[in-house]
Amino acid sequence: MSSHYEAPIREPLVLGEKSYHDISVDIAAPVLGKANKSWWIVFTIALIAFLWGLGCIIYTVSTGIGVWGLNKTIGWAWDITNFVWWVGIGHAGTLISAVLLLFRQKWRMAVNRSAEAMTIFAVVQAGLFPIIHMGRPWLAYWVLPLPNQFGSLWVNFNSPLLWDVFAISTYLSISLVFWWTGLLPDFAMIRDRTKSPFQKKIYGILSFGWSGRVKDWQRFEEVSLVLAGLATPLVLSVHTIVSFDFATSVVPGWHSTIYPPYFVAGAIFSGFAMVQTLLIIMRKVSHLEDYITVLHIEYMNKVIILTGGIVAVAYLIEYFIGWYSGVPYENYTYLSFGAATGPYWWAFWALIICNMVVPLSLWVKSLRRNIRWTFFVALIINIGMWFERFDIIVVDLSKDRLTSSWAMFQPTFVDIGTFMGTIGFFFVLFLLYARTFPVIAQAEVKTILKTSGAGFKRLRAEHGDNVSHVQEVEEYPAAFGPSANVQGKHFVNSFDPDENDDAEVLPLDVEKHRHNINRLLALVGTFDPAVQAQDDLQKIKGIGPLMEQKLHQMGIFTFDQISRMGEEEYALLDEIISEFPGKARRDDWAGQALMFKNEK
Amino acid sequence: MATNKIHAIYTDDDLLLHAVKQTRAENYHISEVYTPFPVHGLDAAVGLAPTRMAITSFLYGLVGLAVAIWMMNYMMIMDWPQNIGGKPSFTFSQNMPTFIPIMFEMTVFFAGHLMVITFYMRSRLWPFKKAENPDLRTTDDRFLMEVDVENHDIEMLTKFLYDTGASEISLIQTEQNH
Repeated sequence: MSSHYEAPIREPLVLGEKSYHDISVDIAAPVLGKANKSWWIVFTIALIAFLWGLGCIIYTVSTGIGVWGLNKTIGWAWDITNFVWWVGIGHAGTLISAVLLLFRQKWRMAVNRSAEAMTIFAVVQAGLFPIIHMGRPWLAYWVLPLPNQFGSLWVNFNSPLLWDVFAISTYLSISLVFWWTGLLPDFAMIRDRTKSPFQKKIYGILSFGWSGRVKDWQRFEEVSLVLAGLATPLVLSVHTIVSFDFATSVVPGWHSTIYPPYFVAGAIFSGFAMVQTLLIIMRKVSHLEDYITVLHIEYMNKVIILTGGIVAVAYLIEYFIGWYSGVPYENYTYLSFGAATGPYWWAFWALIICNMVVPLSLWVKSLRRNIRWTFFVALIINIGMWFERFDIIVVDLSKDRLTSSWAMFQPTFVDIGTFMGTIGFFFVLFLLYARTFPVIAQAEVKTILKTSGAGFKRLRAEHGDNVSHVQEVEEYPAAFGPSANVQGKHFVNSFDPDENDDAEVLPLDVEKHRHNINRLLALVGTFDPAVQAQDDLQKIKGIGPLMEQKLHQMGIFTFDQISRMGEEEYALLDEIISEFPGKARRDDWAGQALMFKNEK
Repeated sequence: MATNKIHAIYTDDDLLLHAVKQTRAENYHISEVYTPFPVHGLDAAVGLAPTRMAITSFLYGLVGLAVAIWMMNYMMIMDWPQNIGGKPSFTFSQNMPTFIPIMFEMTVFFAGHLMVITFYMRSRLWPFKKAENPDLRTTDDRFLMEVDVENHDIEMLTKFLYDTGASEISLIQTEQNH
């Protein structure tokens, strides 16, 4: 609604003076169009990386975990590092779609769809590691509490690794239905816009027959809100449970009560960095700069500053407690060889520089709003957060209580290849998504257009808050009859103009208008009865039997011809058929004809 | 029996909201409204009862919690009360802290999924369901209000709808099939 109070201090979230239709067109464009060359190049690279990773996984599973660089001291290294890294990345998606929904942040609407896609794809990658790092992955189904022939031998519910199974599968499945439910109206929009019968069929199935009834919307909104309310504690719990893998252990450096909130903050920190990385490219490639604006990037940077600050405080607390505890093992892990000056000093300092130092630059407004710099910082954070998990897992394991079991970790090409493979798989999924899914929740963006669109902001600035952008409609009964109202004013007769109009029509004097008719036909194309079939023009609202007859006299027989009409053609048509000026434009004959043409 | 309905198409959500209020004030019956996005306040204007999805979700959550408690109590305490790492498996309450993560996850799982399934069933949405929006533009930028003609004078009703700002109006005759 434009006629309401909106603080003028807020910058517009939708740039360019968009209409609802423009939003549909912009967002459907990548789906309806064809992939360009750079898409294919990037897709091929990602696919090769994925296939390479798949080879590494098959090699690991068929040969044994020994092909990785793990040893008897360090039983978890790249596998769980990557698992936690991917799960963490996924968290920003839920944060954007759920937490920001609860806080009524309108800016989330342009980014939530892609952030959720990122969640799903990242959790899929994460979900690979708990399986492939098993020594006997073919027995993975034993983690499920299924009745069985071993006297019904159950699982042990005391283990955080089993909690992980429940947490990750709940997280993935809830995120998936949340995402899919939000997609229904957008799939429906594509279903109703596409011209290809194949796409129509596919999006018809995907959209579950969404029709946009008022009751559907009412339920849709409540379901979204409740799911957001459920997903918010879920997102906190999932990474909490992941952090329990470490925090509930007795390993010095792992056994720490700060892990649950600290891991969650880190997850949001790294997740937002990944959202930035992806969206900065996507807004450019998919031409969505009007929807994913610098303002969105700045807002996300502010979240990065906040969560990065929390993470930094957590690091400092860890070190303080390491010293304050008086436990020599803790003290050792944190303050001497363990981290900063030990053999993994480079990983430690990479973490400090990437996560604590570089993101500080985002406090500077000009850097926060600088897209290139944001992209760079986001990449750095992704690397830094990988090192954080690596440091926690590997450094703390490498120097444990017994000096006789101290060891170092050296990854093999299989460790690295598997990780590269998951990155490739992630991008394969994300690239396919960007070509086939509406990457922005158009139905949601349309709800904020009037409050946050640049055009409507301008109107409010020029005319004040109470001006309505719709032309005034008089209350029924209107004082001057239907003509008082803009949309209905052309209709002199009270209803069903088609019949009345046609009743007065006189046969067309073709010779008199020969010149105009020829010009019109030159613009819309001629009809060749030898190769074309004529359409039933009366399907178009506003064309009755007599009007059709006149069009036929002019030489217009097909929807194709009518669909090409624009302002100039309408003007010519009005000159030729002078009885109802503007009628064709009002009824949008071209638009209707286009639809009928596509239906054929 | 054939029923008559009038489809009035609006180009703007505020206009639609205004029209819905006027139509209801004139005691015409609005049988359906199709919009491309949620128009806030439209459900109240049309006179729909609030949805009970949240209530169902709460109940499903309770079910999930009960299932988790029953499952873990049966497996860990009743069926195989083993000593695993010195954890007290004598009663549920003694070992409860380690059950909390799964109790929580199952509550969320049941509350979320069963509510979504309820929503799909109540709104009749499933993969091969045929879309029922009468005009393709209603998923793009048009707003369609369907008014029952009943025994009203069609001419009067149409004129009234034009006055509310409808940009297109059509009379639809359908065989009664509901």
